[in-house]
Amino acid sequence: MATNPMKIRATNKDGVTEVKVLVSHEMETGQRKDASGATVPAWFITELTAKHNDRLVLASELGTAVSKNPYLAFRFKGGAKGDKITVSWKDNKGESRTDEAAIA
Amino acid sequence: MNKQRRNVLKTCSGAALMSLLAAAGIIAPGMALAEWNKAAFDAKSMADTLKALGAGAPADSKDVQVTGPDIAENGAVVPVGVSSTLPNVTMVAILIEKNPNALAASFTLPEGTEANVQTRVKMGQTSNVYALVKADGKFFMATKEIKVTLGGCGG
Repeated sequence: MATNPMKIRATNKDGVTEVKVLVSHEMETGQRKDASGATVPAWFITELTAKHNDRLVLASELGTAVSKNPYLAFRFKGGAKGDKITVSWKDNKGESRTDEAAIA
Repeated sequence: MNKQRRNVLKTCSGAALMSLLAAAGIIAPGMALAEWNKAAFDAKSMADTLKALGAGAPADSKDVQVTGPDIAENGAVVPVGVSSTLPNVTMVAILIEKNPNALAASFTLPEGTEANVQTRVKMGQTSNVYALVKADGKFFMATKEIKVTLGGCGG
């Protein structure tokens, strides 16, 4: 199934890069029931990693309690304008997606 | 042939291999990034979650901050942030005491990444939100109560 691209914004200020990521994902908890009373199976992102060029800057593990269309913000030292930020995620159905953006 | 027996043997040898590797220091615990910590995310209570994360009984610390609203109108989207001024923070986790599974998210921070992470979580009801921080191999914690007027699970 097709997945929608992530929105990634990275800005560098005084040697610190702030990265904001907005992922498009349902993040279904597996606790909700649909109209017929059947449980909606869990479907959520389990892992999300961010890299600055090829260096890992964040590795996260998410649970079902993270909101639909997850938002993440973090900061790391270093990074320069034009450097590449790569974010990838993987969900519990084995789907994955990788997007990249340049530091502004 | 007894299929179940086969499976049990298979699972056991897999687990044994993992622990052997860990013991030999080939895979340092916590560094096996590709492995989603199922035990921690499946744990229901705070105590079980902490145990699954290997945190034991973390000490309360003033150097750890949980940021978030005092009252969240919509439990489906509650902005929560964790920050810490402790040195050498390698892990940050967000736990919500009264959710069906306490652990919401955990972040591994390589060197150079600041202990300052924001995200949005779902909350079923008013609850204490805990920030768990691992710094210099020790665990620290901070709490904030967030009141929810409309639960994130249709409540």
